[in-house]
Amino acid sequence: MTSSTETINDGWGPALSDGERLCLRCVAGAMIPASAVLGMPGADDPAIMADMASSVKRDRPALARLLRGIDEAAGGRLADLDAVAASALLDRLRAADPAGFAVAEAVIARAYYRDDRVLMAIGMEPRPPFPKGFRVDEGDWSLLDPVRDRGPIWRASE
Amino acid sequence: MPVTNDPVDVLIIGAGASGAAVAWSLAETRMRIVCLEQGDWQQSSRYPSTGRDWEARQAEDYAIHPNRRAMPADYPVNDDDSPIKIANFNGVGGGTILYAGHFPRMHPSDFRVRSLDGVADDWPIDYATLEPYYALNDRMMGIAALEGDPAYPPKEAVMPPMPLGSTGEMLGRAMNELGWHWWPSDSAITSRDYEGRAACINLGHCGHGCAQGAKASTDVTYWQEAMRARVEVRTKCRVSRIETNDDGMATGAWYFDGDGREVFQPAEIVIMACNGIGTPRILLNSASERFPNGLGNSSGQVGRNLMFHPYALVRGRFDRPLDGYRGSRVFMWSMEFYETDPARDFLRGYCYQFTRGNAPATTALNGLGDGLLPWGEGHHAAFRRLFDHQAGMIAICEDLPEEINRVTLDPSLKDANGIPAPKITYRLSENSQKMLDHSVARGVDILTRAGAKDIITRSPLPYAGWHLMGTARMGNDPRTSVVNAWGRSHDVKNLFIVDGSVFVTSGGVNPTSTIQAIALHVADQIKTRIHDLFD
Ligand SMILES: Cc1cc2nc3c(=O)[nH]c(=O)nc-3n(C[C@H](O)[C@H](O)[C@H](O)COP(=O)(O)OP(=O)(O)OC[C@H]3O[C@@H](n4cnc5c(N)ncnc54)[C@H](O)[C@@H]3O)c2cc1C
Ligand code: SF4
Repeated sequence: MTSSTETINDGWGPALSDGERLCLRCVAGAMIPASAVLGMPGADDPAIMADMASSVKRDRPALARLLRGIDEAAGGRLADLDAVAASALLDRLRAADPAGFAVAEAVIARAYYRDDRVLMAIGMEPRPPFPKGFRVDEGDWSLLDPVRDRGPIWRASE
Repeated sequence: MPVTNDPVDVLIIGAGASGAAVAWSLAETRMRIVCLEQGDWQQSSRYPSTGRDWEARQAEDYAIHPNRRAMPADYPVNDDDSPIKIANFNGVGGGTILYAGHFPRMHPSDFRVRSLDGVADDWPIDYATLEPYYALNDRMMGIAALEGDPAYPPKEAVMPPMPLGSTGEMLGRAMNELGWHWWPSDSAITSRDYEGRAACINLGHCGHGCAQGAKASTDVTYWQEAMRARVEVRTKCRVSRIETNDDGMATGAWYFDGDGREVFQPAEIVIMACNGIGTPRILLNSASERFPNGLGNSSGQVGRNLMFHPYALVRGRFDRPLDGYRGSRVFMWSMEFYETDPARDFLRGYCYQFTRGNAPATTALNGLGDGLLPWGEGHHAAFRRLFDHQAGMIAICEDLPEEINRVTLDPSLKDANGIPAPKITYRLSENSQKMLDHSVARGVDILTRAGAKDIITRSPLPYAGWHLMGTARMGNDPRTSVVNAWGRSHDVKNLFIVDGSVFVTSGGVNPTSTIQAIALHVADQIKTRIHDLFD
């Protein structure tokens, strides 16, 4: 794990500390838990968490601030609360600071919904869009006949 | 110690939509033409759609807001005093690198707003003036379209339209039941291989750079041809101000090169193409003893009349699977509510641009924001209801010019070269608000008719300040306008403006087709009048 003193040279501030990562993992698990029925990992899955923590850039300072605030509100570490208490606390904090939590939601969702297991479970091929692209049906152009039949609708300007 | 370059005939500032068009058109004169651009060329291999982390990357180096991107090419914009925030891209291609490529022309009535509706001003040019340039621009950009749209005078299509897909079919049926106009959009996307550009492969990433090169950003269209004709594009060069002489003529521009050196580029003709924010910023920053209120600003109109196109969004969930994230962002429009209707409580009108669904992370984030996707247990089931099952529209509302909506220079915020940042002051007018409300109500009607559930509306969209117009308006009267009918400054006879700043009114459609048609028109005027250009 990265220590709190590590800096990443991408211009977006220090890396998340161990404590911030632990808190982020609890938040991610509360937001998107695993589903055994659907065969989907939770957002707190170790591979997803590693990807999340190493790729967050512009949102890092705001995310770190939010996570520190959550731990503080938990009286130390969110991770030390039991699941029910953690969930109740997160609900309360989210209602009070939707904009702050939107940053965490963005970071978590962007990392979660690119994991191979997740993509396959929701019916996507685990690949970037380019270069294969996707297929879109042409559609039925005769649907335009009634629009044509009604004639011009533009307003003459002279 | 500042450096002075060899003089050139024509200096274009800004390599975006309009700068590219004017450069290409003037290239045939064989004049020495240089374009200064603060950003750089883009490598399509770096576009988000080439990576597994594409949705995250869309919010990083290719984010649409300059304050979020904060790349070396970007200048900060103080938009705290505006409910609508600025979106742009700074680099060769300008905003077209990120634009969706929705490419409607303005309508004939748009140029006669005062005569027809008693508001704002008529343009000093009309649709007929621009018609040949619209057509030329359609060919140069490679526009996919279907001929015969009853919302427009007849116009030729360069290639077949983008596919309707299951979303277009479903929404088209609903529009037919309501008896309302819809048509495949004119799209700046190749539906077929065209002039060395490969056809669209439905990546759905048009808004963050097209790795396929199918979308007509000007780096892959006009600039390729202009450079073959020996126009020089000098990148990482940020202009700070235009210099003038005792005759009140522009002599060239000062800029900072990539190493931060200050350089003077002398020129016979200076053409501004920095967009509706960047151009007034540089003109205002060029204030001098001769031009104390900013260059070309004897009318006091530089920076005023900023227009955005307020946007509304309507999105619904359907029981059947749709195209989702697949396919270009643009495919179908409606002009049903475009023209003024005296029965309504607002003047002018809007168009709809219909929308498909989104990629998974964006679907989730929208769902969370819309209150349709919970945290915890219910997340997965709710996600599956939304993903690939959403569609809707955005309304693009005509914004009327008002002097109080403006760009000024921020007294303290500066870019990396110390040039004052633009400050935006903007408020939504009552007319715009009523128009937005109407567009939301009719949008809900359409989606309801199509069978949607969980319909979500947003108005105005806060992060949608991507159409930048009106801040150096065109007109015949030097007391009330900045440039004449062919883009020449009333005050400085060798200074031209070709970007969205010159719009007199905004129309209710995306502006780039018109911006480029105007740039081609101005270029033709320069060529035609070359012997008495400064009279
Ligand atoms: C996300 C997004 C989606 C959009 N979608 C659509 C759409 O679907 N349809 C549509 O019609 N329009 C759309 N637009 C708008 C479209 O991009 C603009 O209308 C168009 O690019 C404006 O052209 P322009 O020539 O006025 O300026 P721009 O294309 O913005 O070019 C200005 C250029 O000038 C450069 N510049 C500025 N200041 C300086 C300086 N001081 N020194 C040197 N260089 C400078 C900039 O770096 C930039 O490259 C969209 C824009 C965005 C951001
Ligand atoms: S949908 Fe077409 S135009 Fe848009 S990014 Fe993909 S290939 Fe390019």
